Amino acid sequence: MTKARIDARFAALKAEGRAAFIPYVMAGDPDRETALRILQGLPAAGADLIEVGFPFSDPMAEGPPIQRAAQRALAKGMTTRGTLELIRDFRDGDQDTPVILMGYMNPIVTWGFEAFARDAADAGVDGLIVVDCPPEEAGPLADALDAAGISLIRLATPTTDDSRLAVVVKRTSGFVYYVSVAGVTGVKEADAAAAAPNVERVRKASGLPVAVGFGIKTSERAKQVAQVADAVVVGSALVDEVAEAVDMNEDVTARVLSKVESLAKAVRFARTSQTAV
Amino acid sequence: MTVLNAPARPNDYSAYPDAQGRFGDYGGQYVPETLMPLVHDLTAAYARAKADPEFQAELSGYLTHYVGRPSPLYHAARLTEHFGGAKIYLKREELNHTGSHKINNCMGQILLAMRMGKTRIIAETGAGQHGVATATVCARFGLPCVVYMGAVDVERQKPNVFRMNLLGAEVRPVTSGSATLKDAMNEALRDWVTNVEDTYYLIGSAAGMHPYPEMVRDFQSVIGREVREQVMAAEGRLPDAVVACVGGGSNAIGIFHPFLNDASVKLIGVEAAGSGIDTDRHAAAINGGRPGVLHGNMTYLLQDRDGQITEAHSISAGLDYPGIGPEHAWLHDVGRATYLTATDQESLDAFMLLSKLEGILPAIESAHAIARIGDVAREVGKDGVVVLNLSGRGDKDVATVAAHLGRQI
Repeated sequence: MTKARIDARFAALKAEGRAAFIPYVMAGDPDRETALRILQGLPAAGADLIEVGFPFSDPMAEGPPIQRAAQRALAKGMTTRGTLELIRDFRDGDQDTPVILMGYMNPIVTWGFEAFARDAADAGVDGLIVVDCPPEEAGPLADALDAAGISLIRLATPTTDDSRLAVVVKRTSGFVYYVSVAGVTGVKEADAAAAAPNVERVRKASGLPVAVGFGIKTSERAKQVAQVADAVVVGSALVDEVAEAVDMNEDVTARVLSKVESLAKAVRFARTSQTAV
Repeated sequence: MTVLNAPARPNDYSAYPDAQGRFGDYGGQYVPETLMPLVHDLTAAYARAKADPEFQAELSGYLTHYVGRPSPLYHAARLTEHFGGAKIYLKREELNHTGSHKINNCMGQILLAMRMGKTRIIAETGAGQHGVATATVCARFGLPCVVYMGAVDVERQKPNVFRMNLLGAEVRPVTSGSATLKDAMNEALRDWVTNVEDTYYLIGSAAGMHPYPEMVRDFQSVIGREVREQVMAAEGRLPDAVVACVGGGSNAIGIFHPFLNDASVKLIGVEAAGSGIDTDRHAAAINGGRPGVLHGNMTYLLQDRDGQITEAHSISAGLDYPGIGPEHAWLHDVGRATYLTATDQESLDAFMLLSKLEGILPAIESAHAIARIGDVAREVGKDGVVVLNLSGRGDKDVATVAAHLGRQI
């Protein structure tokens, strides 16, 4: 499966003529059991692919919401190994939804590239995004992921010009993640109109679907982005739901999945109806 | 670790980093994609400045007339007599403007930032020495300055926070993570990634992503170049050993670098062992850590089995960092430099010793090097010459020392 699962999903969505909705959840946030229930509920709530963050102590590209999510997860004992076990448990009940791991380099260096790639594939991981690993540093990791059949998903950003883009899309597969704002996650608001020409540029350079993320917090914004991108990623707004539900002593799973449902619906009908949201 | 090969001893130690910003397996540019074009711009701009005699002349002028260079190389006769070994010289970096070696690097980088047309400066600081030096050069050249400082450090270094404010800088307390130096660096990186057009990130140590380790080393190498001339003038020979404290390692690499190819000169770094290297409360990345990736480079790091960065602990806020510059990591692996440790208590004792014997209050950071100088001097022996980098002055540490002595001031 692995890479094939991502390609199959995007091919099916293309046939449907709509963008994918990709929720981001932090492994182990607020605790392992709740995180697993959330994961298990995501496909039915409208997730087409799922991004799972593995927590790191020093997430330099994250804004406060995901920083705090990582701290909550670490405080409850979540690890990189624990993240893979969580995904394995999810995979037992879902063979079709692609799972993309997202995190930072050091836990992977610690594990060892070959062993990590093999174990991640075995757990049912389809793609990997490493925020602090640009193409220049990715060689040995990319070799290991290729051997295991996992896509190394690359990031393009507003600072990526055409010559840089050629470097970014080399050896990438699955899809390309376009970071819609120069900044950390969950702070600035994405602008669909400004992202549109860049999405087209990245699509052309890579020949792959383009997902847009960073700064998409509302259904309205998700709908706008879904009209120009192949996938819409929402992370900070979801981990904020976790935080608020915990604070208010509410049912975390229900609250997160309800937010996912409304975002997914906005994405699903973005191109067919202006009133569906 | 699959990514690290057995290190090879090079013919020319000073020829690093390579074009990829690597010192052997260490260093590199592990940064988010948004920052890659910026670090490439910086690399190119620095390479041009480095080769430009006009830039070097301008820097040299400010180092002479504003910083007060060259700093003296002082024969510490009573300290030498106390240990009864090699002749001990102190490189008096604490006499620089702002009281430490940090200003050497800040002056170089601010001139580069202005060349690049940047109009806003950000920096991270632990003890506040780099923050003060950055605020100083920003005041001198009229640029707005934001300094990120862990909320814990803001609390324990209040006088330096006020100094930065007096110099016109905005100090932003960082509450994320452990609220210390590493988190201040995370927050500065987050600022940089958000303000990509106008902002220059002025890193204070020979750490972080390429080109910072090379650039900061080059700006600090003025220390070692002066020592070479001064010790030749005084002794007619090179020293047998050069000793410096190491946190990120900018003062150490600055004094080491001009001696890298002199095999007879022992290079000795001293890491902060906090409560002891066998406890979990220390800041000794080489002696108590293992290689990994943080803040844009591969180097030795304090971390747990899962690769989560663990908190450093040291009496010295300036050494309180869980990593070390990548060139030190490499010099350690290839065996060109040796990295010892000194505990909080040993450093306090050394602080008192230098104050009483030489009338010099050393920074508690520099006191870590002093804590090992006796061992080094005795090992080298009576006919030898050793040089210690006295990287900062200790006025800022008076309250810390008093607290450890149980005194109210």
